[in-house]
Amino acid sequence: MGNPIGNVLQRGWEVLTRRIDSMLFGAALTIVCVGLVTLFSASDESVARVTSQALSFAFAIALMWLFANIPPQTLARGAVPLYIVAVALLVAVALFGVVVNGSRRWLNLGIARFQPSELMKVALPLMLAWYFQKFEGRIGWRDFAFAGLLIAVPVYLIKRQPDLGTALLIGASGFYVLYLAGLSWRVIAGLLLLAAAVGPVVWTHLHDYQRARILTFIDPSRDPLGAGYHSMQASIALGSGGIVGKGWLNGTQTHLDFLPERHTDFIFAVFGEEFGLIGNAVLLLLYLLLIGRAMVITANASTMFARLIAGAITLMFFTYAFVNMAMVSGLLPVVGVPLPLVSYGGTALISLFIGLGILMSVHAHRKLVTS
Amino acid sequence: MPRRLLFQSWRDRNGGNGFGAPELRNPERELHRFRRRLSVAAVLVGLAFAGLFARFFYLQVVQHAHFETLAETNRIAIVPIPPNRGVITDRNGVVLAQSYSGYSLEITPSQVGNLDRTIDELSKVVDIDGRDRKRFHKLMEESKDFETLPLRTRLSDEEVARFAVNRYRFPGVEIKARLFRQYPYGAIASHVLGYIGRINDKDVERIASWDQVANYKGTDTIGKAGVELSYERDLHGTTGVEDVEVDANGRAVRTLKRTPPIAGDNLRLSLDIGLQQVAEAAFGDRRGALVAIDPTNGDVLAFVSKPGFDPNLFVDGIDSASWQDLNDSPDKPLLDRPLRGAYPPGSTIKPYLALAALHSGKRTPGQTIFDPGYFQIPGQSHKYRDDKPGGHGVVDMYKALVVSCDTYFYTLASETDIDDTARFLAKFGFGQKTGIDIEGELTGVLPSRAWKQQRFAGKNYRDDARKWYLGDSISAGIGQGYNAFTPIQLAHAIAMIANDGVGYTPHLVKSVQDIRTGAITPIASEPSSRLDVRPDQLAFVKSALVGVARDGTSAAVFKDAKYVSAGKTGTAQLFSLKGEKYSEHRVDERLRDHAWYEAYAPADHPRIAVAVLVENGGFGAEAAAPIARKVFDFYLLGEAAPGVAQVTPLTPGDEGD
Repeated sequence: MGNPIGNVLQRGWEVLTRRIDSMLFGAALTIVCVGLVTLFSASDESVARVTSQALSFAFAIALMWLFANIPPQTLARGAVPLYIVAVALLVAVALFGVVVNGSRRWLNLGIARFQPSELMKVALPLMLAWYFQKFEGRIGWRDFAFAGLLIAVPVYLIKRQPDLGTALLIGASGFYVLYLAGLSWRVIAGLLLLAAAVGPVVWTHLHDYQRARILTFIDPSRDPLGAGYHSMQASIALGSGGIVGKGWLNGTQTHLDFLPERHTDFIFAVFGEEFGLIGNAVLLLLYLLLIGRAMVITANASTMFARLIAGAITLMFFTYAFVNMAMVSGLLPVVGVPLPLVSYGGTALISLFIGLGILMSVHAHRKLVTS
Repeated sequence: MPRRLLFQSWRDRNGGNGFGAPELRNPERELHRFRRRLSVAAVLVGLAFAGLFARFFYLQVVQHAHFETLAETNRIAIVPIPPNRGVITDRNGVVLAQSYSGYSLEITPSQVGNLDRTIDELSKVVDIDGRDRKRFHKLMEESKDFETLPLRTRLSDEEVARFAVNRYRFPGVEIKARLFRQYPYGAIASHVLGYIGRINDKDVERIASWDQVANYKGTDTIGKAGVELSYERDLHGTTGVEDVEVDANGRAVRTLKRTPPIAGDNLRLSLDIGLQQVAEAAFGDRRGALVAIDPTNGDVLAFVSKPGFDPNLFVDGIDSASWQDLNDSPDKPLLDRPLRGAYPPGSTIKPYLALAALHSGKRTPGQTIFDPGYFQIPGQSHKYRDDKPGGHGVVDMYKALVVSCDTYFYTLASETDIDDTARFLAKFGFGQKTGIDIEGELTGVLPSRAWKQQRFAGKNYRDDARKWYLGDSISAGIGQGYNAFTPIQLAHAIAMIANDGVGYTPHLVKSVQDIRTGAITPIASEPSSRLDVRPDQLAFVKSALVGVARDGTSAAVFKDAKYVSAGKTGTAQLFSLKGEKYSEHRVDERLRDHAWYEAYAPADHPRIAVAVLVENGGFGAEAAAPIARKVFDFYLLGEAAPGVAQVTPLTPGDEGD
């Protein structure tokens, strides 16, 4: 009956790969590699930086595999406790949090500081998806109102930390679930109108630094040492890259120290300077491939819960990529959002791959529940 | 079913495309609707990416020539110009901290191949000693990836010229004009001024929390202690900007535009540096603390923590050997004793307890006790001893304060509830921060039942450890036991007595001067607390304190003084000899009692109040009171006590621009 060692290896390979979606993984892997190559240039050829990112990547893949093997129903069971824990932690942050940079976002756990808003990024979509699944088929306006409350509580708690950027992103993830669950177009239009109407009111409630950021976005030269400078230099980097780019390791903006935060939030400017419009187009296509595949998985998901969670992950992935690239190219004000799978930073990489793992699990388990 | 009706009406209006409704139970239809929603999202994603692509196209194709020119000619580097840090002077305008410009030799390690060889080569051009190397290596460990770090500071003009000739040999090494901080008085008043040091990660967080990140570009030092720390935001100033054209290698070619920096505000301290020198000299080699306050407004006139340290050591980053010396010394030169030394107050607490007894009606001034030399709790054999073996005989309140009779206060404490005592003493600020304008103050301990409950709340304490015993009250009654006050608290309290019960928050900075407008903002000195005791009771206690300095425990020290002063001695026991008599010679020096003296003068119109603590000084009258006398003589009469040499300041370097 064949070679026993061969059988074991074959069996092992199967366990490793059976839940892995090759197209999703292939696209993500390619983007990560593009990121590592760019990081090498952005960090002035620091092997240590690239190695550290590669190690995070390895760990992220392990977690992706783990989540790909957890059936969506099991995840659904954890939704309510996770949400309650996340809200409790946010309350704890408000009461006992550590103040960093003037914001109360961290809980001190003795060895490490922990940011509960990161947990909420996962917990909120899970909770909403669980809720809509539970009341599937008889979802009324009360359910949407209740879901709105589930969103408003963490958004409010995070906004008052104050961390407006994260509050908006978490609000967006909640909104995506509502949208996919069938929130009326009228209500969506109403919300948009409301947002436009309260804009001026919000302006008066913004913190000085938030207002300064928006003003800087409109007129970058008013803050030459801060965000405005970042924005101007990033535009110069992209624009001077031209169609084919200046070539790897040859970006003058990058290597003459003109680009700030160039291995984290502004890494896309490095990429665009050195690889040009063609490079940018390839990167956009890679993201489109990944998001497109994720949408196919979402469309074929078998349960309400799986559909909603997969849809929320997909749209959030898109949101991060879009906001970062729009910020670097000067379409949006400077906000602290990294470019998914490319920016340096282990935490973001790990959460993104967990998201991909959940998508793969949704895909792998699509037939188990269908009757 | 109103709920159902409502859905129905919504549904009708939405043409079946609204919230879910009971008919939508059909999974096929639901899936269909979900997919339609997803398709809409997909279209939006496509549009958003198309928008991004259009933007890239605009930047990289349409505007490419423009941006390419910008990147080529651009070479406009935006260089921050750090502002000159504000000058700190004493109350009479004598400079205590200033900045001057000088040259430093800096290395960008990421641009240098073999660092050790480069430094060896450099040492042939300019002087680089072992200390510079050690300091540089310490900076390397603490620095971030692409930082430029100083190797040598304060280069002479000759060294600058020699390096300029050899510059081509040293890529990644450059001479920079920098501002240096200098403290001309060295260790004198070191705990007041504090020092500045290199910005570390914690400081970066602090700067971000003030939203001042841009304003600290180009600045690499920040206040770390004392006034330099607490008034950092006034002292720092506003960073200027220079648009500099650089060549392809990043070297500056010419300046295009310059927004000059705005120097930081100047600080005028309430401190009198002459008085400070006299006070520090009066300590000699002894360890201890002194705080002198103007009771009428809270000005801190002298603030001594002995031994001190030389803040100049910290300015360029302290080398590890000097740091270890300071940190490991048993004399603790880095400990800010007036704020962070909490000592048992000993008998210096008695005036406040006497006032408490008068206020509550527990005692009248004339009421007497008989002192046999000890006090016993009825039914117990333990004797709480007085320091005079045969006792003081018949003692009223006046005599109890003048001769510092323990038995009188043991008896008083045995009849007073500790919580009442704590409530009254809290009015003087004991057990709380005084709110002085530098950081790090301790609250000390003002014992009460609640305090003991909390202090011994831990699981490893038994229930009876948390209970308040009569014996605890008796010890607390003479300032021993759990009491622990800081010198600044005691100075604040005696100043309140001197100023007839009106207290001011002590402050080291008297005014802040905006260097551009010349406008001077005084630091507010409104009364912060007011004692509600009868004036005659306060006057009685004050008369007893005059008695102490005239006929009592400190009379010998103040003999022939040309002013009338009032005071109270104290001796804080560290070592308990069970039943034995205390003998200085038999106790290790560091376990000897701490000597206290609190005083103010002139007695009728107090201008200065002090608290003096000499660590392990023995009796307060012998060790601490003479220091107070020298301080009073200098401040009130302008006389330096014989034997106190005037310290001349070091000559400052070139003035900054």
